[in-house]
Amino acid sequence: MIWNIFNKKPIDENLPEFWQNYARSFEEKLPEDISKIRFVVFDTETTGFDFDEDRILSIGAVRIENNSIEIGDNFEVFLEQSRFNPETVKIHGIIQNEKFEKVPELEGLKNFLNYVQNSVLVAHHAGFDFKMINRALNRHGLPKLKNKVLDTAVLYKSTRIATNLINRDKIYSLDEIAEAYNIELTDRHTASGDAYITAIIFMKLLGRINKKNKLGMKDLYKIKN
Amino acid sequence: MTNSIAIRIADFLADFPPFSLLHRAELDKIASEIKVMYFEQGQTIFSKNEKVHEYFYIVQKGAVDLQKADNGQEPETIDKCDEGDVFGLRPLFAKENYQINAITDEESVIYAIPLNVFKPYTISNSQVGNFLIESFASNTRNPYSNEHRGKLIADEDDISLKKEAHFELQPIPIVKKMVTVSPETSIQKAATLISKRKVGSVIVVEDKKPVGIVTDVDFRELVATGRFTIQDSIAEIMNSPVICYSKNLTISQAQLTMMKHNINHLCITKDGTPNTKVKGIVSEHDIIVSQGNNPAVLMKAINRASSTKKLKRIRNKIMILLNGYLKSNIPLSHVSNIIFELNDATIKRTIKRCIDKMDSPPPAKFAWMSLGSQGRKEQLLHTDQDNALVFEDVPEEKLAETRAYFLKLATKVTKRLNIIGYEFCPAEMMARNPKYCLSLSEWKEQFSEWVTTSGNDEILLCQIFFDFDISYGEVKLTNSVSDHIFEILKGNSNFLNRLAAQALRNPSPLGFFRQFLVEQDGEKKDLFDIKKRGIMPLTDAARLLILEHRVKNISNTSERFEKLAQLEPNNKEIYKACAYSSRVMIKFRTKQGLKNKDNGRFINLEDLSKEDKIKLKRCFKTIKEIQELIKVRFQTTYYL
Repeated sequence: MIWNIFNKKPIDENLPEFWQNYARSFEEKLPEDISKIRFVVFDTETTGFDFDEDRILSIGAVRIENNSIEIGDNFEVFLEQSRFNPETVKIHGIIQNEKFEKVPELEGLKNFLNYVQNSVLVAHHAGFDFKMINRALNRHGLPKLKNKVLDTAVLYKSTRIATNLINRDKIYSLDEIAEAYNIELTDRHTASGDAYITAIIFMKLLGRINKKNKLGMKDLYKIKN
Repeated sequence: MTNSIAIRIADFLADFPPFSLLHRAELDKIASEIKVMYFEQGQTIFSKNEKVHEYFYIVQKGAVDLQKADNGQEPETIDKCDEGDVFGLRPLFAKENYQINAITDEESVIYAIPLNVFKPYTISNSQVGNFLIESFASNTRNPYSNEHRGKLIADEDDISLKKEAHFELQPIPIVKKMVTVSPETSIQKAATLISKRKVGSVIVVEDKKPVGIVTDVDFRELVATGRFTIQDSIAEIMNSPVICYSKNLTISQAQLTMMKHNINHLCITKDGTPNTKVKGIVSEHDIIVSQGNNPAVLMKAINRASSTKKLKRIRNKIMILLNGYLKSNIPLSHVSNIIFELNDATIKRTIKRCIDKMDSPPPAKFAWMSLGSQGRKEQLLHTDQDNALVFEDVPEEKLAETRAYFLKLATKVTKRLNIIGYEFCPAEMMARNPKYCLSLSEWKEQFSEWVTTSGNDEILLCQIFFDFDISYGEVKLTNSVSDHIFEILKGNSNFLNRLAAQALRNPSPLGFFRQFLVEQDGEKKDLFDIKKRGIMPLTDAARLLILEHRVKNISNTSERFEKLAQLEPNNKEIYKACAYSSRVMIKFRTKQGLKNKDNGRFINLEDLSKEDKIKLKRCFKTIKEIQELIKVRFQTTYYL
């Protein structure tokens, strides 16, 4: 038995090797300094919004370290599908038998976990993508993601001023934020493209939230709706 | 596996040399190895004497200043890179450390291109190699457009950045074409000469030495008024002694001298005293025209600008101009008028261009209103854009369609203004917001509602919207709105009292021991908020008092106080002091903002000299006095 000294929970040796590797990466404590943190900004394209019925079509992700993205180091995977929802094709453009090289769901998840390890995950409306991936893991008998997670929609909201003159409960879409930050919207609705746009937004947000470079990771986690 | 992000990056690179010289497959390969870096404003990418990086850089978004920093001297910007410009090329050619600083001038996204990936192409493709060598050697980013470099408009006498940085140290333009006369010459004869030679002044000489000077102003003030006749001798009306300098006078010296003596001509003599031969004359007008960044040239450039990007470049030049003005200590009222006009022209031009871009001409007459600091002509630095739109009343069935048109127009305009450098208003007080894009009668109703409801939010809205200024369109519409406001305020002392209470909510920022009150918590802790604690109390006071006097069309705080000084002679002194304090604090904020490349709102007290602190404290005393006056005049206690 290998004991995780921080979680005080054993890593189940019956789980596949890749999961154990992933789980073991969390034994290392994350630095508190934001510039030393490895963020993985990701996005999933799915067949729809139903956590039980719908499936992940693709996952795209980029890694941010110290305000830089290595383009050669991004992550993109398309998953084989049994379910097909013609309704969402017009959004993401991924049709069933397209020429993307596709991998089985489990292999896609494995690649994703190998890629993220113990990074802090970032996504726009992160709750949705997080849950989608957790459901997929669950289908293969795997536990939930162990990563810390930040939501750019929540972070953006925290930068808005406190006044009754704007609707404080408004939920901001990726498009609206990109417009406000003057970011071109190419490649919208491909997982990689959205992940990249989200990553640029995330770096701009950090710049605005962390003006004096005094914030630590703890402060970031504290930003809530 | 495809890398769709890399493809987009390659698309971007393909538009700019040296990448445009490469094949698509090569670009895709380079793009997939790139590092995308984000920098906040004012961050260092590399600095002098730093070991060279394994990358060179291209600006994707934003702007980077390249600075020469000689030991112990303030760094001087020698080049400015924006979208598509490459920099940091040294490591491609040499192993030694960087010789210049690269600092972001605004928030930027930079692509870092790894040398080991790119270097093979500099060897295999001689064009690429040559481009980079030329760029590097000439310190010019883009030798392909050498003749257009640094020029706003191809044919204007624009000056390169290098010279602009030395705004105040340029040699003065001396005009040798001048008119000299002897002291006995008649006024009529001298005037005839001036008019024939098309100059603005005449120098009175004795034995080739200057004894006096007469300018256009003197003819107007002393002759046309009848105080002297045209038969009198010129010596009667000349200004004497003449202020003389030698020819190595700098522009800032010349401007200072003119300011100090309240004159607009200087005489240049051989040794700089009135005892030697006259060599030429320097006029304020000539100095201004000689500047590449003179307002007239910039104005022309704005009105000709055919893209938002060009307008953005011009904005940068306006900032250089502003910096130069402040360094030369030109009075703020002057400066803010010029900067206001240039800002205003930029907004007008942007709106004009957006109307042209619409599918059809505007379906109704409209006016674009600037609110807040731009409306008050106090916007010197880039601050937020606050604006609103009013269109003439249309039949009920056309209303939705008409509003849709103007909302679309406003969305285009605000987006472009944002690119130029006016941040979006965080409270969405912009014409693209359906709440602030209304027909004339809707606006009237809106103001009536705000004034009668007058909860705290409504008071806040009134404070913002009462300071509007028309930027574009039909003056009749905005005048009609103003008239309505005065109409509904008539006899509404309740509203004015509430406004007065609001004007007192930020008390004079001096503590009990005459120390500065600084921010207590948050990220601005221990910084002094000059906007909230210094400028706003005066702005609020001026607005309140001018509304009480029902004065229309003056929205500038300092001008409002000047007007109040006329209207209430018994309070003249305090109003004059307020006008002065308002200018001082705006200047302070502007200087801070230029120094720190931000909006100048928060001041670190440790940065202030003793003299500055005393100056500010004097302003705060004025705030205290005007607030006392308001307390006595209005019944505010009920609302405080």
